[in-house]
Amino acid sequence: MENRPLEYDYTIAKMFMLTTIVLGIVGMLIGVVLAFQLAFPGINLFLGEGLAEYTNFSRLRPLHTDAVIFGFTLSGVFATWYYVGQRVLKVSMAESKLLMILGKVHFWLYLAVVAAVVVSLFAGVTTSKEYAEFEWPIDIGVVLVWVIWGVGMFGLIGIRREKSLYISIWYYIATFLGIAMLYLFNNMEIPTMLATSDVGESGIGAWYHSVSMYSGTNDALVQWWYGHNAVAFGFTVPIVAMIYYFLPKESGQAIYSYKLSLLSFWGLMFVYLWAGGHHLLYSTVPDWMQTMGSIFSVILILPSWGSAINMLLTMKGEWQQVAASPLIKFMILASTFYMFSTLEGPIQAIKSVNAIAHFTDWIIGHVHDGVLGWVGFMIMAALYHMAPRVFKREIYSKSLMVAQFWIQTLGVVLYFTSMWIAGITQGMMWRAHDEFGNLAYSFIDTVTVLHPYYAIRGVGGLLYLVGFLMFAYNIYKTMSARPVEAGELQSASPMGA
Amino acid sequence: MFHWLEKHPFFFAVGVFVVIAFAGLIEILPNFAQASRPVIGTAPYSTLELAGRHVYIKNSCNACHSQLVRPFKSETDRYGHYSLSGEYAYDRPFLWGSKRTGPDLMRVGNYRTTDWHENHMKNPASVVPGSIMPAYRWMFTNKADIDTAFAEQLTVAQYFSVPYNQPIPMKDGSSKVVKMGESVDKANAIALEEAKLIAADMRDQDVKDAVERGEIPEIVALIAYLNSLK
Repeated sequence: MENRPLEYDYTIAKMFMLTTIVLGIVGMLIGVVLAFQLAFPGINLFLGEGLAEYTNFSRLRPLHTDAVIFGFTLSGVFATWYYVGQRVLKVSMAESKLLMILGKVHFWLYLAVVAAVVVSLFAGVTTSKEYAEFEWPIDIGVVLVWVIWGVGMFGLIGIRREKSLYISIWYYIATFLGIAMLYLFNNMEIPTMLATSDVGESGIGAWYHSVSMYSGTNDALVQWWYGHNAVAFGFTVPIVAMIYYFLPKESGQAIYSYKLSLLSFWGLMFVYLWAGGHHLLYSTVPDWMQTMGSIFSVILILPSWGSAINMLLTMKGEWQQVAASPLIKFMILASTFYMFSTLEGPIQAIKSVNAIAHFTDWIIGHVHDGVLGWVGFMIMAALYHMAPRVFKREIYSKSLMVAQFWIQTLGVVLYFTSMWIAGITQGMMWRAHDEFGNLAYSFIDTVTVLHPYYAIRGVGGLLYLVGFLMFAYNIYKTMSARPVEAGELQSASPMGA
Repeated sequence: MFHWLEKHPFFFAVGVFVVIAFAGLIEILPNFAQASRPVIGTAPYSTLELAGRHVYIKNSCNACHSQLVRPFKSETDRYGHYSLSGEYAYDRPFLWGSKRTGPDLMRVGNYRTTDWHENHMKNPASVVPGSIMPAYRWMFTNKADIDTAFAEQLTVAQYFSVPYNQPIPMKDGSSKVVKMGESVDKANAIALEEAKLIAADMRDQDVKDAVERGEIPEIVALIAYLNSLK
């Protein structure tokens, strides 16, 4: 071992931090617009009749989901990888020219794919499959970005000094492998330009159009095997990777239990993939798969709570830090929302509950307490922890962080409570019969009744967005502040005394 | 074993992959051996209907409308017979949706007319007071992409043996042939014939004129598709 401390290279991490923030603002802003469009349909025309095609709910909706998943979250995953990876493997990116080049190519190609996605979704070029809307030319770009990330990841692992892989690395590896497998299989499609007509014409119609290799029920099965696990390997696995690194670092506490982390990791890997069937309950996929989907969803509570409890117990004896440090607040709330969301999901996956919940806003509520409460809070916490270290400046304002924390927490609470009420109300009204056995409500009755909840949800989303803008401002002021003079930062931890 | 794996990234990655691939192997592959077969009465989409389906996808109608009737009394009362797997045999991609902000459309062709759709797409609240659905007025001027629909027909016929130009058994014992043109021009001519029948039931003079000129606005294709959902 050399004696001098390693100088880690955060060039790529910084680039991805910026896209995390920018794409986060874009995705959340579109989300707020969508929320208010449902409450006040006139907003569909907010840029006038001429642009209505591009500003109406249905065209914007995939942009919102993809901007948050593949923009905000994935950027956050990459940003933390290029930070955490070096530190736990005890090797600097700068030690390998190749890895640096790969990292840069990774970033710029990612940005190019993001741009292509934005253009194509606005134009309505989509395969319609949720979170897999991209047509084949973009799919090829996505695969390239992913492979480059993987080569860089295993390259860095290959030249590591710390021989034993830390828990976070397990989760990053799983993210890479899981998404690779799911994305490839779900996007199997045949470009229609390959077909030839009877008179020998080929390359007919739009060159980017394709048709799915699977049809009907099979297509649904593959899609939700993907859709559910895109959540697993995009919103859970890499976020767990983050909290396993940042919580111990920020709190100065060691992980509570190694055995619990083993159980949670391998349990999560095995169980998660089975649970996709819970999106297809009472559909035309075989009954045994639906039942497996339900059962494994309930079992999933074990590994999920294993990680969450491991995090909470890591704070054992140090709970005063939650009051003292806004950053610890973010992470503790994130793991609490993780517990909450991973209990709510299995409840919704129980067949009789799903009969009411499916197709309603309760599902939307579930997704958002997970993404806003768990994913969003954890990524922001990670960036807050990284910012002083990569920019060599103290965090601009701690009180702004505290204010942001409470505003966003209020936003999340308004969001999921209103969606619970909306979802259960609608689910119950759809199935209500009168004394003669006729349907008690026409469909539109079950829509108009939701108006107040849609309005409250919009306010909740807006509060979260406001908090995110405060976050962006705080990071911006941190970046652009005068660098801290030579030597150590004033505090070992940005929030510590 | 775990300690050893944590020091050997390659074997670690292989282990993770095996564990995560397991569920897919068990759940998905067997179902593929038994590919969905169409039920009696399920026919492939005509060129115009397929172009309409593309309009439906282009505008993410599936973000708010499902096409899956679950086997509950409340659903069969509202939407008709519950869905059967074989009814989706020609759906690439499937369009079940995951959210019902608006009602299910699996069998909308049974209880809505061309005329109703026309008014509804122009101004939803005029037909359904209180509706929060946005208007889709650009569909009355944008042109449907018949060429791409034809390319898709050719693709599914060539790669997945979808039975175009062949008799398909219907529920009443008769049979029906869904025509696919042998060239782009022929396909456009077939689509236009079908479009004329739809336009005849519409009121919008611009749409009627366009079809008369040989152009097919998106709305005509979309209505052809919606009418085919039964």
